[in-house]
Amino acid sequence: MTSQDADRPGLAGTANQSPTARYQGVVPDATMAPMRERFGAAIERVVTSCGQSSVYVAAHAAHAVLEWLRDDPSQQFNYLTDLTCVEYRDPELPFEVVYQLRSLTRSADLRVKIALDGDGPLEVASVVNLWIGANWLEREAYDMFGVVFRGHPDLRRILMWDGYQEGHPLRKSFPLRGRFSRAEQTRQALAANPEAHYSMEELSIAEAYGDLPRDMQERLAAGEHGVVR
Amino acid sequence: MSPNWVTTRLDSLTGWARASSLWPMPFGTACCAIEFMATAASRFDIARFGMERMSFSPRQADVLICAGRLPFKLAPVIRRIWDQMPQPKWAISMGACASTGGIFDNYSMVQGIDTIIPVDVYVPGCPPRPEGLLYGIMLLHKKISGESLFDPTLRVEHLAGPDGLFRRPEQIDEVSEPFGNSVHQTRSSS
Repeated sequence: MTSQDADRPGLAGTANQSPTARYQGVVPDATMAPMRERFGAAIERVVTSCGQSSVYVAAHAAHAVLEWLRDDPSQQFNYLTDLTCVEYRDPELPFEVVYQLRSLTRSADLRVKIALDGDGPLEVASVVNLWIGANWLEREAYDMFGVVFRGHPDLRRILMWDGYQEGHPLRKSFPLRGRFSRAEQTRQALAANPEAHYSMEELSIAEAYGDLPRDMQERLAAGEHGVVR
Repeated sequence: MSPNWVTTRLDSLTGWARASSLWPMPFGTACCAIEFMATAASRFDIARFGMERMSFSPRQADVLICAGRLPFKLAPVIRRIWDQMPQPKWAISMGACASTGGIFDNYSMVQGIDTIIPVDVYVPGCPPRPEGLLYGIMLLHKKISGESLFDPTLRVEHLAGPDGLFRRPEQIDEVSEPFGNSVHQTRSSS
């Protein structure tokens, strides 16, 4: 074990294992025990497959668990790799919202899942306030699966156009060719306004001027790339 | 007698001039666009046809080349680009997806751009090789050379009908029928 590894909590005490085993052993040892201790019954079950761990978390506690995973010094899952949903063909299996977490400081990965009833309302808390990159990922999950992310700042469709009538295409109940005839689909697509996909904030550079770094504001004000205000 | 004159028909002259300097409007959405770029590059070199000047502004373009699949979300975009192109103008549908929807017989894909804009030449292939596109361009040359300057039916803008469509709905449904493997999938329209 190098001295560098000693600074990483997840790698401590695993010196004699092969690199793969050490890597695979990191997440359950360092995460599962304190997570169970802290959240108790909200941690529904843990599935380990091919050395990768998935934690099923109760929907009501998911935001708290994810916040703890991000902020706790022993966890530091500071990077949200991906956020998506899974609907199985088997109706017995629940609908899942999946979070792929990565700790850049600890070189550790964790998969967190929320199991929902696919027949009921699909609603979970937004994690945009934890990882800002979740914004478009949650919009995509909403667009394709119809999951409503409570507290999302701007929950609109992102792949299909605003006003798309046919539902959420990646649900198993959605027919592959869509619900309408091709003529009706063509008519609705042609009636859409391409600019309407963007919010006013996205279309207006001047609106974002106040959010820019100071040096960029000064350069723009000086007219280096044209004056925005 | 001075040799600096020729006799010809005006149609031949305009057809020759138009066909010899087609400025393409490249509408590349997928892998066909890669083959289109290869067609434009040195080995195949569409500069030989006076086409090396890609017109990324539709207002200075003669031929729209739709290279790739067209999702419904882009349908109003390609229609607007087509409307912005001045007459005379032509369209090449390059590849299986642009011509028929190809393998993408699903909810998001236009089943042939001829349901949105009029198409002059269809180039089959998935994607077509550059030779295929060049053959399509040469077919378009042949078509342009045969056009008459005074044919009132040729340079007519096809505008949207009262239902907002450019083809009759039953025509669109007919050309969008599933084919090949996809006939085994359940029909979804209600």
